[in-house]
Amino acid sequence: MCDSCGCGDSKIVPVEVQERVLAANDRQAAHNRAHFRERGVLTVNLMGSPGAGKTAVLESLSRHLNGSRKLGALAGDLATENDARRLQAAGIPSLAITTGSACHLDADMVHEALHELAWQDVDLLFVENVGNLVCPAVYDLGQDCNVVALAVTEGLDKPIKYPVMFKGADLVLLTKTDLLPHLSGVSLAEYEDSLKRVMPHFEAIPVCATTGQGLDRFAAWLEARRAATPRTTPAHAHHHHHAHGH
Amino acid sequence: MHEYSIVQALVTQVEEQVQRHQARAVHAVWVQIGELSGVEVSLLETAYDLFREDTVCARAPLRVETVSATWECRTCGATRASAARENPSSVARGRRRNGGSRPAPSARLGAEGPLRCDLCSGEVRLARGDEIVLARLELEVA
Repeated sequence: MCDSCGCGDSKIVPVEVQERVLAANDRQAAHNRAHFRERGVLTVNLMGSPGAGKTAVLESLSRHLNGSRKLGALAGDLATENDARRLQAAGIPSLAITTGSACHLDADMVHEALHELAWQDVDLLFVENVGNLVCPAVYDLGQDCNVVALAVTEGLDKPIKYPVMFKGADLVLLTKTDLLPHLSGVSLAEYEDSLKRVMPHFEAIPVCATTGQGLDRFAAWLEARRAATPRTTPAHAHHHHHAHGH
Repeated sequence: MHEYSIVQALVTQVEEQVQRHQARAVHAVWVQIGELSGVEVSLLETAYDLFREDTVCARAPLRVETVSATWECRTCGATRASAARENPSSVARGRRRNGGSRPAPSARLGAEGPLRCDLCSGEVRLARGDEIVLARLELEVA
């Protein structure tokens, strides 16, 4: 090959790729999703700001369901296993995923965690994502649906400030409704208007984890979701490329 | 921020393509980033500059094609660009200019009232605008 006079036999060619950058994550997510569908487990990606009340809502849901459904949880955080401990104490078998510095969970982290949690026989598996309204929206985990917790204390403009998160929400839980009397100029109707601007399919349930208000509606929503989710038979199972079988 | 993990995935993807085509070098990397993808283009560019050193992308500039959001009505099929005032009917595709700023997607999306079809009030779905795609490469091959 000759570079100096241009007679070299290399050339620059355009190569169309048209592949999603997160294709590897998507494949792992599809793998997770297939596992869940085979076992009839409804998996929920629960997201929201730090302090929005994700863990509290799950604790409250567990109390409300009172054993009528088997729950499981994976709780993601940069540090501590506090959420998993609280959920465990609330009767939900839980595993912590400590991400270190990652601001979101991804399909690989969920897949790894599934090896250590007895999830196969649960009815509802909650993946409590890292508290963050930005990054978690980008990564498919293999969940059936996205539920976003938004506390009434967070501000009416949060949906339009974080459109990617809210446009991807199948359901928004408006949490801490018991604090509404203390907030001037804020109403549920205004939160709903704000959400309607960014959610193509608007669905929101006001809830209060401490009193249990709204948890019946949340439980009913989850049941309807379970009923609508196809369960695949093992014959349709995906190909395993693991060294270990499961 | 997650832009770093996206760049890592991107570089891995480019390496796979280099192998597949037995390329000698990468001369440019073209990506499409939708305005509602959750990826901030300037952060992506910064992360790319950091991570490309000592990789196949070391001398390949990143070209970003931004894709505006287009909402399509599930009932009547009409489409609506989120930047309705700027592009009444079609998908706006623009190359991001260095130093220029474009309005945050939220400012356009939220300002226009409920997210429904302008014509029939039907439910809309996002037809374009959440892409994080490696579109094409310029590869040096034998």
